[in-house]
Amino acid sequence: MVSFNVEKIREDFPTLNQQVNGKTLVYLDNAATTHKPKYVLNAIKDYYEKYNANPNRGAHYLGVSATEFYESSREKVRQFINAKSAREIIFTRNATEALNLIAYSYGLKYIEEGDEIVVLISEHHSNIVPWQKIVQIKNAKLKYIYLNEDYRLDMEEVRRKITDRTKIVSLAQMSNVLGTVYPVKEIAEYAHSKGAIVIVDGAQSVPHMKVDVLDLDADFLVFSGHKMLAPMGIGVLYGKEELLEKMPPFLMGGDMIEYVEEQTTTFAELPRKFEAGTPNVEGAVGLRAAIEYIEKIGFENIQKQEENLTAYALERLKEIPYVKIYGPLDMKDRGAVISFGLEGCHPHDVSTIVDSYGVALRAGHHCAQPLMKYLKAPATSRISFYFYNTKEEIDIFIDSLSKVRKWLGYGS
Amino acid sequence: MDLNELYTELILEHSQSGHNKRHLKDANCTERGHNPSCGDDITLELVCSEDGTIKDASFTGIGCAISQASTSMMIDLIKGKSKEEAETLADIFLSMIKKEITDDEELEVLEDAIVFKNISNMPARVKCAVLSWHTLKEAIKKGA
Ligand SMILES: Cc1ncc(COP(=O)(O)O)c(C=O)c1O
Ligand SMILES: [Zn+2]
Repeated sequence: MVSFNVEKIREDFPTLNQQVNGKTLVYLDNAATTHKPKYVLNAIKDYYEKYNANPNRGAHYLGVSATEFYESSREKVRQFINAKSAREIIFTRNATEALNLIAYSYGLKYIEEGDEIVVLISEHHSNIVPWQKIVQIKNAKLKYIYLNEDYRLDMEEVRRKITDRTKIVSLAQMSNVLGTVYPVKEIAEYAHSKGAIVIVDGAQSVPHMKVDVLDLDADFLVFSGHKMLAPMGIGVLYGKEELLEKMPPFLMGGDMIEYVEEQTTTFAELPRKFEAGTPNVEGAVGLRAAIEYIEKIGFENIQKQEENLTAYALERLKEIPYVKIYGPLDMKDRGAVISFGLEGCHPHDVSTIVDSYGVALRAGHHCAQPLMKYLKAPATSRISFYFYNTKEEIDIFIDSLSKVRKWLGYGS
Repeated sequence: MDLNELYTELILEHSQSGHNKRHLKDANCTERGHNPSCGDDITLELVCSEDGTIKDASFTGIGCAISQASTSMMIDLIKGKSKEEAETLADIFLSMIKKEITDDEELEVLEDAIVFKNISNMPARVKCAVLSWHTLKEAIKKGA
């Protein structure tokens, strides 16, 4: 394991080293998006300064180079998630687009009347709304797996909800609200035994832990580059080759075709069948650089740092009276996301007040309204860490949080 | 805009006293307004008489201090006014927020609600301040 020096790492991130509202920025909204290291920014700049062309078209030098860049990024992603073949890696805009691709291509073709699609109650809207649409079109059923008191999942409940009629089980490996990391491998095994396919939303897990699609036996995995140091606008869909092969294209147009006649078209091979139009080469280049950067630091270091930060933050939050934490209170199967409420204070006000101390956190429903309803919390505040955060930042946050109730007119 | 300007005594008093926060038994018009993105969710209740006077008004629901205070101030203001007058006040309030009206004399009619004059310096909170006023306009449009 290489040594880990957070101060040194922070020098790589220009946006982290700035003042906001006259205070040093404390960025605790990494579940929304992460900041970008110079290594990633330079890779993109370099690409535009030296290459910049449409991949897959034209035989000129720049075009060939762009294709190489684009395809080597795909290969990097393949290796990163341990897929068997680069044909199984489709670039999308983000996790949301990848989930829509699966819903519209696989869902519309293979879901039939009376079939069931099962998700967790804690899913992000991007893993709920497309399925609502599919079950509506197909007269199928969308079912929810609920959570225990401790915000974890009971395999009993999983076995109750996944039945012989279940065709798709789609779940986030880690909740973006609760921080819970779910036993995806175990769930996948059970789902497969019932004949269902499993879609893993890795938006919150892939940036923080080693995700191995073969080990999980995931049929599909989706994630977004921007939550893992890469630019916005690049995301990944992994799918098992035999599934992708039998799925119809999602978007039609250039790049995804083989021969186009006046009335008919044959489609390109994987992965291009699913990548219509000029792709986001800049994003792919940035994603490759981001993966290289993450690998240089190493997941062992990343997880250790995030665990230290999360355990410390949980401990300090428990010190503050009036705080209620929505999510597991100990570190077992838990990621670096903590949602909380402060009695008598609306998350919106909490966010404004801590922002004046330089602290960026998220307030609201976190794109998980069904979960909010289930928790009976109209909104929560959320802090979320990445490996570049520090204990000192948590101290600043706790300090600012402890002042919120005073600002809102409470005695303490 | 700093916190002292935002969380003034007046705003905190309105958001916490809850003197306008209750159900009206004989409400003949209710209108829900919400900001899904931040979780402010209020329902405005009005008792309107035949001649178009707002005889009583209240609200229920949840939200941040800004949305709750703005709602409460608005209710104090519109009680006893005609629907037309209430709508005009809502328009003046919204124009103030957009900085279309800046003259304090012109804004005097808003009474306490004038404290939100500078909320546009805090773009993230504008929606909270205007929620109830839009809800009022909606209620009147639907023929409260
Ligand atoms: C668990 C989860 N899934 C999906 C998404 C959607 O990501 P994107 O908006 O990048 O498509 C998010 C983003 O917040 C998320 O946290
Ligand atoms: Zn609000």
